[in-house]
Amino acid sequence: MAISILVLAEQLRGGISDITYEMLGAGRAIAQALGVPLEAVLLGSGASQLASSLGAADKVFVADNPGLDLAAPEAVAEVVKTLIDKTGAGIVLVGCTNVSLGIGSILAARSQMPLVNFCRAIKVDGGALICTSQLFGGKILSDVKLADGRGIIGVYPGAFPLEQGRSPRTPPTEAIDVPVQPSKVRFKQYIKPETGDVDITKQNVLVAVGRGIQTQDNVQLAEELAQALGGAVCASRPVIDQGWLPLTRQVGKSGMTVKPRVYLAFGISGAPEHWEGMQNSQCIIAVNTDPKAPIFDGAHYGAVTDAVELLPVLTEKVKMRKG
Amino acid sequence: MDPVKINLGGMPGIVCLWTLTVLAFGVFGWRVSRLIKLIRQGRYEDRFDNPGRRLLHALKHVLLQPRIFNERAIGLPHFLIFWGFVIYATCFNWNLLRGLFPFIPIPYPEELRIVGLFLELFSVLVLISLVVAAGRRMFFPPPHLHLSFDANVILVLIGLLMLSTLFGSAFRVVAEGGHGSAWAPFGTVLSKAFASVPPESARRFAIGIWWLHMALVLAFLVYLPYSKHLHLLASPFNVFFSQAATRPVGDLTVPGAKEDMSAGASRWQELTWKQLLGGFACAECGRCDRACPATASGHPLQPQQIIQKVKEHALRCGLSGSDDAAPKLVGEVIKEDEIWACTTCMACMSRCAVWNEQIPLIVALRRHLVSQGQVEKNIQDMLGNLQRYGNSFGKSDRMRAKWTQGLPFKVKDARKEPVDIVWFTGDYAAFDPRMIEITQATAKLFSLAGVDLGILYEAERNSGNDVRRVGEEGLFEMLRDKNLDAFSKVKWKSGARIIVTTDPHSYNTLKNEYAFPGGGVVVRHYTELFDELIRSGKLKLNRRLSGKVTYHDPCYLGRYNGVYEPPRSVLAALGLELVEMPRSRDKSYCCGAGGGRIWMEDGPNIKERPAENRIREAISLDEVKTFVVACPKDIAMFRDAVKTAGAEGRIEVKDIAELVAEAMNVEDRKPV
Amino acid sequence: MNIFVVLKMVPDTVEELNVSQDGKSLDSEFLRFKLNDPDEHALEQALILKEKCGGKVTVIALDAPEVDDVLYTALAKGADRAVKIPVSQACLGTKATAKVLSDFFSSGREAVTLDTLVLAGSYAIDDLEGELAPMLAVHLGLPYLGVVSNVAASGPGLVVQKEFAGGLRGEFEVELPAVLGIQSAEKPPRYVPVAKVRAVMKSAKIEELEIPSPTDAVCLDVQRTYKPEAGGRAEIFEGSPEEIADKIVDALAKSGVI
Repeated sequence: MAISILVLAEQLRGGISDITYEMLGAGRAIAQALGVPLEAVLLGSGASQLASSLGAADKVFVADNPGLDLAAPEAVAEVVKTLIDKTGAGIVLVGCTNVSLGIGSILAARSQMPLVNFCRAIKVDGGALICTSQLFGGKILSDVKLADGRGIIGVYPGAFPLEQGRSPRTPPTEAIDVPVQPSKVRFKQYIKPETGDVDITKQNVLVAVGRGIQTQDNVQLAEELAQALGGAVCASRPVIDQGWLPLTRQVGKSGMTVKPRVYLAFGISGAPEHWEGMQNSQCIIAVNTDPKAPIFDGAHYGAVTDAVELLPVLTEKVKMRKG
Repeated sequence: MDPVKINLGGMPGIVCLWTLTVLAFGVFGWRVSRLIKLIRQGRYEDRFDNPGRRLLHALKHVLLQPRIFNERAIGLPHFLIFWGFVIYATCFNWNLLRGLFPFIPIPYPEELRIVGLFLELFSVLVLISLVVAAGRRMFFPPPHLHLSFDANVILVLIGLLMLSTLFGSAFRVVAEGGHGSAWAPFGTVLSKAFASVPPESARRFAIGIWWLHMALVLAFLVYLPYSKHLHLLASPFNVFFSQAATRPVGDLTVPGAKEDMSAGASRWQELTWKQLLGGFACAECGRCDRACPATASGHPLQPQQIIQKVKEHALRCGLSGSDDAAPKLVGEVIKEDEIWACTTCMACMSRCAVWNEQIPLIVALRRHLVSQGQVEKNIQDMLGNLQRYGNSFGKSDRMRAKWTQGLPFKVKDARKEPVDIVWFTGDYAAFDPRMIEITQATAKLFSLAGVDLGILYEAERNSGNDVRRVGEEGLFEMLRDKNLDAFSKVKWKSGARIIVTTDPHSYNTLKNEYAFPGGGVVVRHYTELFDELIRSGKLKLNRRLSGKVTYHDPCYLGRYNGVYEPPRSVLAALGLELVEMPRSRDKSYCCGAGGGRIWMEDGPNIKERPAENRIREAISLDEVKTFVVACPKDIAMFRDAVKTAGAEGRIEVKDIAELVAEAMNVEDRKPV
Repeated sequence: MNIFVVLKMVPDTVEELNVSQDGKSLDSEFLRFKLNDPDEHALEQALILKEKCGGKVTVIALDAPEVDDVLYTALAKGADRAVKIPVSQACLGTKATAKVLSDFFSSGREAVTLDTLVLAGSYAIDDLEGELAPMLAVHLGLPYLGVVSNVAASGPGLVVQKEFAGGLRGEFEVELPAVLGIQSAEKPPRYVPVAKVRAVMKSAKIEELEIPSPTDAVCLDVQRTYKPEAGGRAEIFEGSPEEIADKIVDALAKSGVI
């Protein structure tokens, strides 16, 4: 039986990541159902100040130590493990983000606690937790039972609502003193993407292209539609990796998170990594030749047709409508 | 008056002639032997099969030159210059024999009146031809004709030879009293200008001109193997050894290869001897470049340049004896962009008057790039898909027969039930959403006609035609072997094993490159089968269609395999009036999809895509509203092109099967 | 550098995935396996490193359908050795797989040396129990960094880039020996022609190294495995491209962007 629930808060460049609030929201619900406290741990410089925004937790452990800024996963795991040993936390929530990925696995390997990865939903069933994991590129879900309410849960970004993890109250904090060992993995510096001409996070309309766009020439078709709509073109990873569009146009896990009013996805299958970056768009319209593409499961409107064929037609119609 | 019985600068004429001859033939022989040695450094390829057929092929194309005549302006002049050359070469050798061996009891050729007449006639015809040729070069050069200094030197040389004949004849007339003769008509006319020359001087002039003529020819002999006119020596062999003489050009197999050819050629020595010979046969006429859709749309490829660059490179490395200082053949001499631009449409090879083989050469270079993994990402993905799933769409092979789900009947599995015909649909017909309706309509038509056919379901693989032309030989072999394995499981009803294909590319490769074990397999295109079914009355058309249509000959059906009539006769049977485009049949203009191009980027410098160019050609025809195709890739390419060329509403791209279905009202009828 | 690349086979999602009778796992009858995508990048990164600064690349995999093809392909691409551990990967979770692989390094025949670099994909699509690379790092007692997209040798160690979000990356120094989870190689994985793979199949051998099978397989209690429900599915527009375009324009107008 869990004595408490611990959320590994995530910060990057002095700001709390969204995943932290999502985990706090999810953690709060479990904590309530199990009748146990929800605790969070925040590491790195400025942690004491930043902790004030984690009011959804009953208590925040802070290790305000610059030595823990972007520390090696095993260093972070070491801190968390020490804390678990101290508080007896039964459930640990870790984000499946690029920043935190790996920490949960190290913790699992070292603590003999089971890890359930890529979790999208958590249900409390008596004293047990039923975690729903998303596997195989979003094509399969598995419900996993953590019987004695003990385990590490890798939380999928964007799966839980952010709002429920925010609270105006200031949580009590407790500084923890952790000796930071010299690590064999050392952060040196940030490499920022070259600033692009367009900030896709500020667009009302985004025309997104994926593998289904087939060729670089066809990206121009999307560009024309974006122009007609007064928006911008963005893309999923395969298109960026091909070098057809700059890194600043990438939407998804390693790219931008966007929330436009309309997100038009052409030839994008909707792999979880992409979905993560655009799921909060107000209206998602997906076009793909494969009727089974996962993108249709979350989009508002869809069409099963060839994006390359549809694009020029659509551009014409948009121009006509706009007059 | 024997020209060798004079003294030249104190030396007896015969000694001079011997000296000149030995020198000229020595240089000529030395050069030619070096070139032969160079060519022999290429890889071995068996081009020695069926010498009888090769000889007939060579005689026809060397002596009659039908391919030269496909460009009218230069056809006849070249023909006359060629035959002038034959006659002059004969007489030169005759003169030389007589001069070198004065004891041989024969006259000089000019001394025979009939020979003299021929020489005069041809010299005039050749002179006129030279004027036409020079005029064409100077004032109306066709695009891609290589306007080299070399060519001008040759024209002047030939002109001088002809003039020397006429003037020689004129002076002989004067020397013989100035009466002239009907056997020397032009000499007689010309002699009037020299009437005042005393006969003895005229005789000396005639002898001088004989020497001039002989010296010119010997100089020509020396110059020849250093110039583009080497083609007159190399091209007869090139034609004799051409693949088309004994085998379909749609087969990229290299017979008799002693090395593994699948890694292609990165150095000139890794090309075959025949590919090296081709460079010396090239006359730089530019027919291939003028026919090439890649060249026309602004790609950096010019087929003639590929041939020429290989020649120059081989000469540079082969004669200096070292490859070290030279730029690399692939990547530097010939850029990757050139190599990938080819659509393998066969337009170049089918125009080449010396029967050069550009496509196998380009594929050999592509094979090298593939072996090094230097393949653009799109192609890599396609090849990966083909390796894994057997189709370029990256779909599960279990989905290959999914299109049959829309049919009111079940299509037989040829591996499980006996059939007369196996239908090899190919990737596009089975997977491309734009094609599925057409494939279903085709299936219904076959069913209505009572054709007993089956398909291979998930066992069918991409035929490998495009894969092979992309240069992935190993993958081609893998796909071919898997298909052959699937075919071996077919339960044929009778001994006549018939395969019908939708895609002309599959058609070519199954027909020419599969070498079915045991033979006896007949490969048909669906248009051939339609034609046969309509003729035999098995497919009874319910109504006649009307209107004017034009028909696009797919490269791999027409130029590659000569199937021109069946689709046309189907259209006629449907009641449609066929209006031919200016470029039809063997002059058909490629859609740009072949040889793997359908998977490649066009790049930013493209002026006009071939398919758009073709659509513009079609809409220039009066009242033609339908553009009929017989290839699934054409549907994809031309339907796109209609949109990008802004021809929507003016012309519609239809598969011939759709038209047959219209005439059958397929939708309304139950299958038999 | 002594580079080991851990290759893992995962179900090919191009094929239809079906759930087996027990409702807890995937139906193995229709499964086909392919190399995990990030693992392919790990191999590419290893080969690039070898080309740049020499060394040896060894690929290791547990037994799985089609794994031989993958190992031969790796050899054809330029790996020096391929080792197959004849333990079936099929029912093993990440934890047990990591255990088997760490036994490989302590088997006596292979050892982690000062210049050892172990690369694996940053994640796999079936990583329910966690990712392989960090778990292996724990077993081997080596430092780990994941979501790496660029690796360069620098002095005795490495300089690597880790992806964060929004195109932001971090540069890290990593001392050898180490384990890295590769997200993507600095160049797309190379193509190797079929003929080369076939030639390698004739000339090269896959080494087999017996490792005792772990006793504990999957330790998670999977209650149910299923396909996501079609609920919340998009409203699908049907018709010709023109008709579809009209409907999309209507939807755009409804959202107020035109």
